[in-house]
Amino acid sequence: MALLDVENLSVEFPSRRGTFVAVNGVTIAVQPGEILGVVGESGAGKSTIGNAVIGLLEPPGRIGAGQIRLDGQRIDDLDDDAKRRIRGRRVSMIFQDPQTSLDPLQTIESQLVETIRVHLGLDHRAAQARAVDLLRQVGIPEPELRVKLYPHQFSGGMRQRVVIALALCAEPEVVVADEPTTALDVSIQAQILTLLKRLCRDKRVGMIVITHDMGVIAEITDRVAVMYRGKVVEEGPTSKILGDPDHPYTRALIGAVPRPDLRLHRFPYVDYIEGIAEKPAAISLKDHWLGRSRDFQRRHDGPLLELRDLSIRFPLNTAWLERNRRYVDAVKGVSFAIREGETFGLVGESGSGKSTIARLITQLYRPSGGSVVFDGTDVTALKRDRDLNPFRRQIQMVFQDPYSSLNPRMRVLDIVAEPIRFHRLAGSRAEVNRIVRDLLDHVGLGAKAAEKYPHEFSGGQRQRIVIARALATRPRFLICDEPTSALDVSIQAQILNLLKDLQEELRLTMLFISHDLPVIRQMCDRVGVMRFGQLLEVAPTEELFVSPQHPYTQELLSLMPNFRGLTHRGLDVEDRATG
Amino acid sequence: MLTFILHRLLQSVLVILAVALIAFSLFRYVGDPVNAMTGQDTTLQQREELRERLGLNDPFLVQYGRFVADAAQAEFGISYRHRRPVRELLAERLPATLELSIVSMALALLLGIPMGVYTALKPKGILSRGFMSLSLVGVSLPTFLIGILLILLFGVVLRWLPTFGRGEVVHLSGWTTGLLTKSGLQSLILPAFTLALFQMTLIMRLVRSEMLEVLRTDFIKFCRARGLPSRLVHFRHALKNTLVPVITITGLQLGSIIAFAIITESVFQWPGMGLLFIQAITTVDIPVMAAYLCMVAFFFVVINLVVDLLYFAVDPRLRVRRAA
Repeated sequence: MALLDVENLSVEFPSRRGTFVAVNGVTIAVQPGEILGVVGESGAGKSTIGNAVIGLLEPPGRIGAGQIRLDGQRIDDLDDDAKRRIRGRRVSMIFQDPQTSLDPLQTIESQLVETIRVHLGLDHRAAQARAVDLLRQVGIPEPELRVKLYPHQFSGGMRQRVVIALALCAEPEVVVADEPTTALDVSIQAQILTLLKRLCRDKRVGMIVITHDMGVIAEITDRVAVMYRGKVVEEGPTSKILGDPDHPYTRALIGAVPRPDLRLHRFPYVDYIEGIAEKPAAISLKDHWLGRSRDFQRRHDGPLLELRDLSIRFPLNTAWLERNRRYVDAVKGVSFAIREGETFGLVGESGSGKSTIARLITQLYRPSGGSVVFDGTDVTALKRDRDLNPFRRQIQMVFQDPYSSLNPRMRVLDIVAEPIRFHRLAGSRAEVNRIVRDLLDHVGLGAKAAEKYPHEFSGGQRQRIVIARALATRPRFLICDEPTSALDVSIQAQILNLLKDLQEELRLTMLFISHDLPVIRQMCDRVGVMRFGQLLEVAPTEELFVSPQHPYTQELLSLMPNFRGLTHRGLDVEDRATG
Repeated sequence: MLTFILHRLLQSVLVILAVALIAFSLFRYVGDPVNAMTGQDTTLQQREELRERLGLNDPFLVQYGRFVADAAQAEFGISYRHRRPVRELLAERLPATLELSIVSMALALLLGIPMGVYTALKPKGILSRGFMSLSLVGVSLPTFLIGILLILLFGVVLRWLPTFGRGEVVHLSGWTTGLLTKSGLQSLILPAFTLALFQMTLIMRLVRSEMLEVLRTDFIKFCRARGLPSRLVHFRHALKNTLVPVITITGLQLGSIIAFAIITESVFQWPGMGLLFIQAITTVDIPVMAAYLCMVAFFFVVINLVVDLLYFAVDPRLRVRRAA
């Protein structure tokens, strides 16, 4: 008998249009001290399993069939109060985003003490002592002092440690960790995973780690269950699943993970998942609208874009006297050049200034020092919109979050047509419509998408709309700021392939910003590594990955999720993609 | 923190000076004050003397400076109609208005917040639906109509409560209060409720929507996942996070209650500043109007300052950001 048994579990969400079965006949079990991974893409039902185990299904969700047993005792049919007593005490949960999972108005201490007292019935002083002890166990330095602080005074990684401390308050037997490291930087992710693993072993806790990230699975899990559309399609020891998967979906999923160790021409399509329309015909620049009147006569022979000693600082306070003002240097003396047709990657952890550089290039921010030179013209010297608009047309951007970068009240037609109309790139309304439909068709959405609104599309489809919009001005230079980090791995592969295709067809120059090293390796010709607003190292991609020079780059590369036991045997899909 | 307060104080002073300028222009340039003070049989020479004595021939800035200096000492001249210093008139009326405003604000908060919390926690309950429909009435019916209807019901039909005036008042060293006598309290009920109704519905709806928002956040979900009882989740975590915007609105509303108690005061013949102001308008009693304007600006500014300070008490994130 396992510690936690989920047997033939089905979770349904009744709605007006019929019942949606989010989890369909899932059976999993966790032993004490074991880490079970549940992996799958968004909508696969992984989080729903977690919510069902802890008894917090979002209404109107309900358990349709099956049982959940903790130590042999059924817990899914208890009343609300009994379920509440189990939560935190015997089964606990860790959430994805440490920025939002702590009450911002209470100190860490009061949140810990409250939870400890509810479950263990200690008096206030004993609970305080236990709170400090817990913080020490999760590796927070100076816990006696830190315990008095508020959540916002901790960094993301430290907050996640606090969340873990809160989840472990009452020594639970089972912990459900729902994407515990997705919102964290790669170096912090490694620390948190090590911590979870250690706590799990020391305290003999059974842990369910829910994630979409194969790297996390490879890093800490003992066994893994692969979910697809509410069902477990394959389950087994991690090394077996990663190294020798049986199910075609598992194979496709692993194949879509960007390879950290090898550069491929294209990502293998995860065709098992989304039967997308067949590949659109290649664009010939000679007779296509996107190629017409690309009036980009090179004005000089140097690089297309050059940053010269670029800096920007943001004031931290608004003192009236200059000497009282303090600044943070978001970007400090960064210089690099991008040649025409090249893909230049910028990599670094959050807060390193990558996105700020994108905004400086597009003149969304004005630099405090240095200059941005595009095709021989100093763009930073231009002040008036009339002078800047030609550059804005040539430089376009794809943002990270496809959910917030499209106006929800505009039809896709208008979203994509707006830049064409603004820059007067088409003669008539009919021509605009024709161009938009053509663009949408070309990014793989089909011309019919024009009449719909953004909310009718999935994340990956929205990102295609964003790309179509960026292409609508016939740009020469495309900035992609974390274009796929909000997307599932299979969708990521599609979007990155689309970007590669478009780049080849349209001779685009790209600046590709990402924190994800494997993605950078697949996409970029040269890479710059950033930390604290400074550019530490620039090198051709392969050179950087094979022999990094700067110690920080070496550290980053060593933290890259390594797929121990992932032999890529099952990756015959790769041949199809490259062949 | 200290610099922030100083900053805010400075802004407040600027606001007050600007309002004082408007009040002063009203006083000085809307009609001729000498005309307003003298009768028809005053000779031109006497008028000129009066003009000189009142300093009306001085340059604009000097006059404005004098007005501000006087106003700072609550000296607004003599009412044309009552022939008494405006300061005395205001001092007599101020307690009535403040008592009415504060009682109705307290009423609005004490009823509005619990109702808001209840409707957020049980959005589909019968009682919640009842509250929500009632609140529509509160938002949409104009104050004077509510006042008149209440008078009709409780004063005329049921004869339970008095319909006008403050009842018996007690004098406490320059302050008159109706809170210590039975008739004073009885007289307060109807006007206070009339004034509170709109604020109450506003606060209720605000608390409800903010609370629904907070209940959807991750940290509330995490509180539940830690097995905290609903009482703690709802009141210690959710309600406190709800209060930040509520404080803003409450502060602004208290200001407007004081400023716009005019209608309620005239419906109930409540002897407060609003009633005084209405009478001043009908008789073009400009010193009273100017003084009222300055007073209201002063209240608004003080309340806003208090609201800003309350933020610091409630939200630790602000404390640190400012201190850094």
